[in-house]
Amino acid sequence: MITLNVNGKPRDLDIPDDMPLLWTLRDVLNMTGTKFGCGVGLCGACTIHIDGQPTRSCDTPVSAAVGKRITTIEAIGNTPAGKKVQAAWLALDVPQCGYCQSGQIMSASALLAANPKPSDVDIDTAMAGNICRCGTYPRIRAAIKKAAGGKEV
Amino acid sequence: MTARELASPSRRSFLTVTAAIGGGLLLGFGLPARGEVRDTLTTDAPFVPNAFLRIDRAGKVTFVSPQIEMGQGTYTSLPMLLAEELEVDVDKIAIEHSPADDKVYVNPAIGIQMTGASKSIRGFYGPLRQAGAAARIMLVTAAAQRWKVHPSTCHAENGVVVHARTGRKLGYGALVDPAAKLRVPEKIGLKDPAEFKLIGTPHRRLDCAGKVDGSAKFGIDTRLPGMKFAVLAQSPTFGGKLITVDEAKAKAVPGVSQVVKLDDAVAVVANHTFAAKQGLAAANPQWDAGPNAKVSTADIVNQLTRVSEKPGAVARHEGDAAAAIADAARKVEAIYEQPFLAHATMEPMNCTVQMTSDGCDIWVGTQVQGMTQAAVMKLTGLAREQVRIHNHLLGGGFGRRLEYDGTVRAVQIAQQVSGPVQVIWTREEDIQHDMYRPHYYDRISAGLDAQGKPVGWSHRIVGSSIIARYYGPEAMKTGVDRDAVDSSANQPYDVGAIHVDYVQQEPPAGMHTSWWRGVGATHGTFVVESFIDELAATAKQDPLAYRVALLDMSMGRRTALTQPRAKNVLQIAAERSGWGKALPAGQGRGIALCIGFGTFVAQVVEVSVDKDGAVNPTRVWCAVDCGIQVNPDTIRAQMESGIIFGLSAALYGEITIKDGRVEQTNFGDYRVLRIHEAPQIDVTLVKSLEPPGGIGEPGTSCVMPALTNAIFAATGKRIRKLPVANQVQETASSRAG
Repeated sequence: MITLNVNGKPRDLDIPDDMPLLWTLRDVLNMTGTKFGCGVGLCGACTIHIDGQPTRSCDTPVSAAVGKRITTIEAIGNTPAGKKVQAAWLALDVPQCGYCQSGQIMSASALLAANPKPSDVDIDTAMAGNICRCGTYPRIRAAIKKAAGGKEV
Repeated sequence: MTARELASPSRRSFLTVTAAIGGGLLLGFGLPARGEVRDTLTTDAPFVPNAFLRIDRAGKVTFVSPQIEMGQGTYTSLPMLLAEELEVDVDKIAIEHSPADDKVYVNPAIGIQMTGASKSIRGFYGPLRQAGAAARIMLVTAAAQRWKVHPSTCHAENGVVVHARTGRKLGYGALVDPAAKLRVPEKIGLKDPAEFKLIGTPHRRLDCAGKVDGSAKFGIDTRLPGMKFAVLAQSPTFGGKLITVDEAKAKAVPGVSQVVKLDDAVAVVANHTFAAKQGLAAANPQWDAGPNAKVSTADIVNQLTRVSEKPGAVARHEGDAAAAIADAARKVEAIYEQPFLAHATMEPMNCTVQMTSDGCDIWVGTQVQGMTQAAVMKLTGLAREQVRIHNHLLGGGFGRRLEYDGTVRAVQIAQQVSGPVQVIWTREEDIQHDMYRPHYYDRISAGLDAQGKPVGWSHRIVGSSIIARYYGPEAMKTGVDRDAVDSSANQPYDVGAIHVDYVQQEPPAGMHTSWWRGVGATHGTFVVESFIDELAATAKQDPLAYRVALLDMSMGRRTALTQPRAKNVLQIAAERSGWGKALPAGQGRGIALCIGFGTFVAQVVEVSVDKDGAVNPTRVWCAVDCGIQVNPDTIRAQMESGIIFGLSAALYGEITIKDGRVEQTNFGDYRVLRIHEAPQIDVTLVKSLEPPGGIGEPGTSCVMPALTNAIFAATGKRIRKLPVANQVQETASSRAG
């Protein structure tokens, strides 16, 4: 038995220590907002926060999150940065197919929480790990700037 | 399609039946701030004037979308068409995925129920406005009867019927019962475009809220009581067979319940995906590599090269191109090659199936609900009504989900599993068992007169025929794959005598080719727009001026509007880009034109190439004339999307074969553009009253030659074989060496 703190709630789970958080969230807790994209930390679709740090849940075992705060897309709107990011994403209609956007929003929220006024280079660095096949990158960049309270482009 | 057809009694009863069997297993999500996408069909709306529209007693409007949303914005633009004539607040419309039905939900521009070929708006621009108008007329009539006034004295606005003279008002909800008893009107007058309130004005996406808070449901998000998870491995070589698996070791993994063996695949079933993946590794499947064990990309290309020597089936023939080229002052010839491409949708292939005593339920995201249903009927012997397709938002389509191979696999597995099972393809499985864009080999030549004007043009296209497999031999009677030669046979320039032919050459058995964003236009536009650029360079003329001159000269041969629209987008893109202004060394601009899907797109790409030959597309200017614009912001978004998708493929995209298997595995070796590599994009929309064109694909088709033409402008290196990859670096280093 392992206890995880997911979005502020303790969850007791009968799962192996080495089980990735991704499958724990999706298949055991039925929290499907966090997406499977590549399984090896290359695409960012599965990004969550562990103690506020953006983390690829597909290659992070649950043992690494014991005693820490796990935040997912389902609750990121409860954080000040997450709320701003989601509002900017809505305002600029960032998503297309939308599949990667949970991960994009989690990475962008972590960026803004740590760096309220990111430069283009900061955005590149923080977001380069998140792939979008629909090519929403120009709007992602604009939305991060909007959420930061600056100019959109 | 007429309103009467839409509302025939058989269709109404069909809807009732489908709704009853389709619903109930999944619960819809909470109401988001705007828009609402539901997984289940509404069953209780009293007013169902046609297959697309239901209105309940609270006035809630539900749109059953014949087309699926895969990012292209159809769940906003189609409701806009309906709402424009229905006179309702489009933001309050709930959207439901249509069930499988190739008749009721046929795309009139295609002939079956399909979301593809950039034809959602082209197919439904008329029918959905008619559907909305018919319902509005019935609601207005119902209100007029209630008030005992003439319907012409009433009008509808924002979900309410108003009798202006007396100020009386009735909401649609209060009118659904009497309206449902009325005949569907036959003569429906539609708004003049000048009266449009929604169409042509940018509108926020209705599907956005769920995609921002994680509640949007894709096929892979299906969760059912007692559902198992299966991870699949198919024969690593094309055409190979499964020999053995270590079932005991697989089952020793905690959580693994079953190993399902198929002729050429194996799946491990477990309580969660992690256990299934571990179980599959433990099962250590052994394969008979089969007849393609030694096949490599080089073998496939050698075969394409060989057959390219022979004449093909003629797609276009005007004048004597061979003689014209032979007699020309100058002759230019080239071979262009474009590789196999994977789709790599962000949502990997997956499908959830439950075999039941009365049939089977399938939860999947598909671009072809009806074809998928038919494939499962064929596999299982079940009747149509027993195969229930529950469609979902697609985590990317790009053509991959025009195929149902993933669903067939999942049903093969589910037939051996008790209860619902979700079959997931790992990313590696997804990339190595895709149905690939064909590897194309194009042999092209032209003759120029002393002034540099083309006098003859000969183009042979060699590659796999998707049309032949997808639509059968009937569609290939002339031997020409009309998709493979599109944009080549139909190229818009005056090139003198012209001969275009096609040679079909399939890859090794077991390797399948399929539609990929931009389809034939992506292949053909790259060759034609690159070669025109070569001719301009040979003629020592400006690439823009050269194109415009050849468009002007061909004016008489094409429909009156084609050439001006093509010229216009070229000139706009060029002007926006500062075409003709000098750039620093190592930078260059390239231009290309794509006429396809009823739309005209021109793009200018600006690249910078560093001293080591690394190519960086920094800016793209795009001008698009797609006729009447439904949702202008969606058009912009699709151009941005198409450009980035096309740049990924042009720069890096390539599937190669070694020892009968695909060499690429994941995003590490099947690279796609990331945010820091994406150019700045400037999109200009051209206002037009021409019929609406498609916008999902031409942005992709146009950007590849614009990129490689820019590389030529910057470096003098002509890219004739995609991807660009390290070709410019290699040239740079060979020069340095």
